[in-house]
Amino acid sequence: MTNAPVLPPMSLLAELTHRCPLQCPYCSNPLALDGRENELATDDWLRVLDQAAELGVLQVHFSGGEPMARRDLPQLVRHAASLGLYTNLITSGVLLTEASLAQLAEARLDHVQLSFQDVDTAPAETMGGMPGAQAKKLAAARLIVAEGMPLTTNFVIHRGNVGRIGRMLDLAVELGARRAEIAHTQYYGWGLVNRAALMPSRAQLEEATRAVEEARTRLAGKLAIDYVTPDYYADQPKPCMGGWGRRFVNVSPTGHVLPCHAAETIKSVPIPDIRTDSLAAIWADAPLFRLFRGTDWMPEPCRGCDLREQDWGGCRCQALALLGDAAATDPVCTRSPDHARISKILADLPETPPPLVYRRYGNAPG
Amino acid sequence: MTDTPALPPVAEESVVRFLRGTRLQHDRVRDQWVIQAPERAFIADPIAAEILRLVDGTRPVAAIIDILAERFAAPRPVIAHDVLEMIASLTQRQVLTA
Repeated sequence: MTNAPVLPPMSLLAELTHRCPLQCPYCSNPLALDGRENELATDDWLRVLDQAAELGVLQVHFSGGEPMARRDLPQLVRHAASLGLYTNLITSGVLLTEASLAQLAEARLDHVQLSFQDVDTAPAETMGGMPGAQAKKLAAARLIVAEGMPLTTNFVIHRGNVGRIGRMLDLAVELGARRAEIAHTQYYGWGLVNRAALMPSRAQLEEATRAVEEARTRLAGKLAIDYVTPDYYADQPKPCMGGWGRRFVNVSPTGHVLPCHAAETIKSVPIPDIRTDSLAAIWADAPLFRLFRGTDWMPEPCRGCDLREQDWGGCRCQALALLGDAAATDPVCTRSPDHARISKILADLPETPPPLVYRRYGNAPG
Repeated sequence: MTDTPALPPVAEESVVRFLRGTRLQHDRVRDQWVIQAPERAFIADPIAAEILRLVDGTRPVAAIIDILAERFAAPRPVIAHDVLEMIASLTQRQVLTA
């Protein structure tokens, strides 16, 4: 806990639903997927948007699951835009049609981030678990660009597609995207379950990084490329969410208010709920948000580390998932006393990947 | 990241506008100007904000320079240098387009 002044959040991640036509095994959604019957109502979301703008949020990212599975999405976008919020849709594109895009454009949607599982159809659809998805995604990209809306294409990287990054970026340019994200899988939720099937080798990671650097030179001025590496191979942890309760606030499909999308795994404090408290009160005072805000909560070696206000101790949910203690130094840090766990996980990666566990209701292990 | 391509020159006669999906916005809560762009918002320093508030999609760069030179009673070449440099940089960052 800390008594430092609380700055308002910059971004709201609005996870409208966990429903999704795809079943990607790298999904970072929780294993306990929320069902439709428990989702927030339209009026609840309108209130969340009002409160977010009031609090100082500048951008709202409509996400999921597949946010286009919610019929009220255009209404929510229109309301957010009327409040001056920057509206971003994070979508798989498989439900996007000329008509639904026109509705969103009319509601003043600012930007679309469109996910692709791969550049080639067969491996893309094996990963997404939805036959026909690739053609729908390509069509969606073309509709978005034809509408004149800025497009970012997102490719999630794993050991099976890591060799095709150059061609993924060529596809992004061919489709007319302004930006592309090459994001290595982050190992939370379903991604953590499937870690042994997805984690690239160090050699593959190095090859991926070279491919991104080569494309940045080759495509300079045509495409901006964001590159997210797998933190298991890093020496220092990522500044998860830009620091706990510092920049981002996440609202789950059922109205749980979280410092990050994996924070429901932390069971030591109550999970705040937008149906019973205001966003401002939760952001400032909820124990879950105060738990790891700032630096006062830190153990050694974080507490005395020069980088404590750069990486904020790394990721709390990763410390919990891998060490059973959310207040421990993120074990991906080479200064963590438990870093050997990470080295062992990487050393023990199987030669042949185990079968994928697809992300769908009722399919969680255990 | 490793290569920084040269900034494309912007002519004073050009009319610049915000690319779709980018805009200048006053952040009421923090009392500052921000550039809203795809998946990022960055703070516009006071000079950038003065320039960008004059970008309306019809005014040529030369007119923006004239207005600011008068407003700040500064030599036109000095203002022109700052404005052209800022516009080139924001064009490269996909905020403005000529």
